[in-house]
Amino acid sequence: MADKYIYAVARIRALEMSLFSQATIEQLLAAKTYKEAVSFLVEHGWGDGDTGLNDSDVILNRETEKTWEVIREMVDDMSVFDVLILPDFFHNLKAAIKTVIAGEVEADIFYDNVPIKGDEMVKIIKDRNFNALPEYMQQCAEEAYECMAHTGDGQMCDVIIDNGTLKAILMAAGDSKCDILREYAETQVAVADIKIAVRSCKTAKNMDFMKRAMVPCETINTDRLAKAALSGMEDIVRYLSETPYSGGAEALNDSSSVFECWCDNRIIETIRPQKFNAFTVGPLVAYVLGRLNEIKTVRIILSGKLNGLPDSAIRERVREMYV
Amino acid sequence: MTMGTVLALTGAALAVILAGMGSAYGVGVAGQAASGVVSEDPSKFAKVLIMQLLPGTQGIYGLLVGFIALSKIGLLSGSPAELSLNTGLMILAACLPIGIVGLVSGMHQGKTAVSAIGIIVKKPDQFGKAMLFPAMVETYAILALLVSILAVNGVPVN
Repeated sequence: MADKYIYAVARIRALEMSLFSQATIEQLLAAKTYKEAVSFLVEHGWGDGDTGLNDSDVILNRETEKTWEVIREMVDDMSVFDVLILPDFFHNLKAAIKTVIAGEVEADIFYDNVPIKGDEMVKIIKDRNFNALPEYMQQCAEEAYECMAHTGDGQMCDVIIDNGTLKAILMAAGDSKCDILREYAETQVAVADIKIAVRSCKTAKNMDFMKRAMVPCETINTDRLAKAALSGMEDIVRYLSETPYSGGAEALNDSSSVFECWCDNRIIETIRPQKFNAFTVGPLVAYVLGRLNEIKTVRIILSGKLNGLPDSAIRERVREMYV
Repeated sequence: MTMGTVLALTGAALAVILAGMGSAYGVGVAGQAASGVVSEDPSKFAKVLIMQLLPGTQGIYGLLVGFIALSKIGLLSGSPAELSLNTGLMILAACLPIGIVGLVSGMHQGKTAVSAIGIIVKKPDQFGKAMLFPAMVETYAILALLVSILAVNGVPVN
C-alpha cells in the first residue's frame, strides 16, 4: 500500500534539503587544499564532529552509515532495498573467500550494512556451509570458493561473484513493484556488461571469458556486444550507438573515466522524477542513490585534492547531483 | 417510530459517518507527512499543521448536515416527527451529497495536502501557493454541503 511511505517520503523531502547541490560541489572544488576541502565537509555537518580533519575515509564511511540508519528508522521491510545492498553483500562474500583461502582475517574489509556480517560470512565459508547463505548466493559462492581453492585464480573468482551479483540484482528488481528499482537494475547490469566488453577488448580476452562474465539484460544484446568487443573499441561504440546507451558510446570515445561519470549521471537522470512523487518507496530509493552518488563525488574530489590532480581532471569525474 | 423516521435518521448518520471517514483519512495521511517533516525540521510545524487541518472540514460539514437533519425530524427536541416513507427517503437522499462527496473529497484533499507539504519543505516561502492546491478540492465539498443543506431544509415535514 502506497500510503505506508507517506511519513518516510515527507521526512526524506526535509533531508533532501541538506544534499549537496551542484553549486555546493563547485564550492568544494574551489577548496585550495585537501585539508580545506575536508574542513568544508565538517562545517556542513559531515562525519560525527569528533573525527579529525585527516580522517576523510572515516567521515565518508560515517555518511554512508548515516544514510542507511535513517532509512532503517523509517522502513520496516528493508527487502525493498536489496537491489542496492546486494553489491556490498557480494563484496563481503568475495572478501570472505579470499580471507579464508589466504588464511588470515583482514580487518575493515567488510561492509556492515548487509544481512550477513563479515565475521559470520568468513565462518560460513570456512565451514563450507553454503546452505547458510541466501539461495541466490549459494551456487555462486560454492563455485567461486572451489575456483579459488583449486586454481588460486583471483580474477576468475571475481568474475564468478560479479556475475552472481548482477544476476541477483536483476532477480531482486524483477520481484520488486518499484519501477525505479527495475530501471536502476537494468541500467546497472547493462553498464556492467559494457564495462566488461571494454575491459575485455583492451586486455584481449576471448569470447568464453566474456560469456562467463556478462549477464543478459533487456537493453543490451550480450552476444552482439561480445562480438563487437572481439573486433575492437570502434565496434563497441558502433553497437552502443544503436542502444539506449548511445550517450555512453560518445563518453567511451573520450575516456573510461568520462564513461564512468556518464553511467552515474544516467542513474541520476533516471531517479530525478522521484522528486515529484509523494506516495511510493521511489523517493526513498532515489534519496539513497542520490546520497551515495554525492558521497562518491566527494570521495573523488578529496582523492583528487590529496593526490594533487589538476582541477580540470577532477572536474571531468564530478557527477551530477540529485538536487 | 415510523420507517420514514428511520430512513431520515440513516441519512443523518451517513452524512456524519461518510464525511467523517473522508476527513479522518485526509487528516491522517497529511498528519503522517507533517510528522515526517517536523521530525527533521520542527520550525515548519505551524505551516504543516495548517495543511494537515485542511481535509478536516468535510467532517464538520457532515456534522452540520447531520444536525440540521436531526433537528428537522425533531430528534434534538425530544419529540421525533412521524415521517412518511417518502419524506424519510427524501431526507436520506438530501444527506447523501455531503456524505459521498465528503468521503471522496476528504481523501483526495488529504493526498493533495501531502503533496503540498512537499512544497513547504522545499520552498517555505511558497506557502500561499502550496495551500491553494488542497484548497481547490474544498470547492466540491462546499458545493455538496450547500445542496445537502438546501435539500434537507426544503423537505416538507408535517
